[in-house]
Amino acid sequence: MDPTTLSMLELASALEARSLSSVEAVRASLDRVERLDGRVKAFLHVDRPGALAQAEASDRRRASGTPAGPLDGVPVGLKDLFLTEGLPTTAGSRILEGFIAPYDATVVKLLKAAGLPLLGKLNMDEFAMGSSTENSGYFPTRNPWNLDLSPGGSSGGSAAAVAARMAFGALGTDTGGSIRQPAALTGIVGLKPTYGRVSRFGVVAFASSLDQVGPMTRTVADCAALLQILAVPDPRDSTSNPEVAPDYRAELEGGVRGMKLGLPREYFELPGMDPEVRAAVEAATSALQKQGASLVPVSLPHTRYALATYYLIAPAEASSNLARYDGVRYGLRAFGAKNLLQMYGQTRDQGFGLEVKRRIMLGTYALSAGYYDAYYLKAQKVRTLIKRDFEEAFASVDAVLSPTSPTAAFRIGEKVSDPLAMYLNDVFTLPCNLAGLPGMSLPCGFTRAGLPIGLQILGRPWDEARVLRIGRAFEREHDFHRRAPTGVGG
Amino acid sequence: MSLTLDEVRHVANLARLSLSPEEEALMQTQLSAILDAMAELSRLDTAQVEPTSHAAGEVPPWRPDAVQPSFSPEKALGNAPAKVGTSFAVPKILD
Repeated sequence: MDPTTLSMLELASALEARSLSSVEAVRASLDRVERLDGRVKAFLHVDRPGALAQAEASDRRRASGTPAGPLDGVPVGLKDLFLTEGLPTTAGSRILEGFIAPYDATVVKLLKAAGLPLLGKLNMDEFAMGSSTENSGYFPTRNPWNLDLSPGGSSGGSAAAVAARMAFGALGTDTGGSIRQPAALTGIVGLKPTYGRVSRFGVVAFASSLDQVGPMTRTVADCAALLQILAVPDPRDSTSNPEVAPDYRAELEGGVRGMKLGLPREYFELPGMDPEVRAAVEAATSALQKQGASLVPVSLPHTRYALATYYLIAPAEASSNLARYDGVRYGLRAFGAKNLLQMYGQTRDQGFGLEVKRRIMLGTYALSAGYYDAYYLKAQKVRTLIKRDFEEAFASVDAVLSPTSPTAAFRIGEKVSDPLAMYLNDVFTLPCNLAGLPGMSLPCGFTRAGLPIGLQILGRPWDEARVLRIGRAFEREHDFHRRAPTGVGG
Repeated sequence: MSLTLDEVRHVANLARLSLSPEEEALMQTQLSAILDAMAELSRLDTAQVEPTSHAAGEVPPWRPDAVQPSFSPEKALGNAPAKVGTSFAVPKILD
């Protein structure tokens, strides 16, 4: 049997039963990487010896009856935004080429403590700025369903690796949709937890009031199991929720009977939405209705302002966060500059790609004297209105359903030269980050061309358990998540 | 909203980016278009609305200010592009 076809929890059962070893699972994953990744290009760095050593240690724990947790021995990949001690971390940027982190991010420590072998670092849009992985400073990643298409982004390497069964699961980050949109475009499950649910310590910062870490998996149950490992209070991240997370699998099979699920009319009225996406999402909401949920129309009247709000707040925060790349302490330095100021300017011009420069410029402008009130402060006020929209909706519904992305996967090169067209990819995912809510994408159908379509489920703050339960209720009666991608061989 | 080249250069200087002339021209066009799209926010009356700076909304928790071990100078300098002894080396700051 090919272990790579198993879900994380199925593999965990096989490891528990000792019918498979972690070394076998890691070997099977790495062999698949070797066979496929020359075409998919999901990985920036493969850590074969590290993953095998972790697998051997896991097998010893299983043999002695002392596994480190339920997923001990299940190999996963990491978006290259997580600091990993002794391994390269580039954030997809040339400015961090060759950077070796001196410590592990908290989530990396948690994965290691839970016994999950780490296969390597996955490609991404530079500093997580992008929706197609074309902004990687290294190479674009391709969609395993069709290699001419983008897997989405910014966590496109993570999504492609999981979809192509090169990794059993992966971690991504989501600032405006960077977990959910690539999950939708590659037919996998991706969850952005509530702001504060998962520690960001040791995660390269993009926009600190929006960034969250989350799991990307093939099934909803895997997503719950991986979130369980990550959702741990961390005193090193002041935004980390100090309360212990609930058991995410306890009520996973509880179904949706009696739940009220909101359909935001503004999301379904968007011009530019692919009719096939709309049809698949409407079929999914009907399926949940048949299972006993009631569908309730809701209004999120400030939805149309979310894009502008996000593209002021996120670049403003990014311009501040990325000031640290100055060529002094780590990363690239432009040599030959006459003085320090020149060195800063040349280092940053050589090290950053075009989209990163564009966002730094936009953010610096929005924060600069004379424009702060009109742009940054204004956006923060509209953010309040967007947050209030959700508070009002959640007074009458338990969750909100929508498409994850207005279209299925698009061609590499199609939108990369038009920033505003690219930003429209995130129109359904951005409001969730602005409001700090948990949101998940899961496969809910396919276009006639055979491309996956994602359903987005948004929940109340800290209500990941219900989001997962709704997703599981849908998944239980469909086989979309079981289909193997058509763009790569088996 | 149309940015002048001088404004683009001013912002690039604030951001410590030495842009090439081609990049400056591209930024002028693209940032102007993006700012035009952002201008729709001005249609909303937000005079009575408090800004949201953070999704958490709650006051961050306190922790004791306890001394923790930190990196050795060697480890802290491990990624330094240039160093002298246990210091980061940089070009002249004052001309």
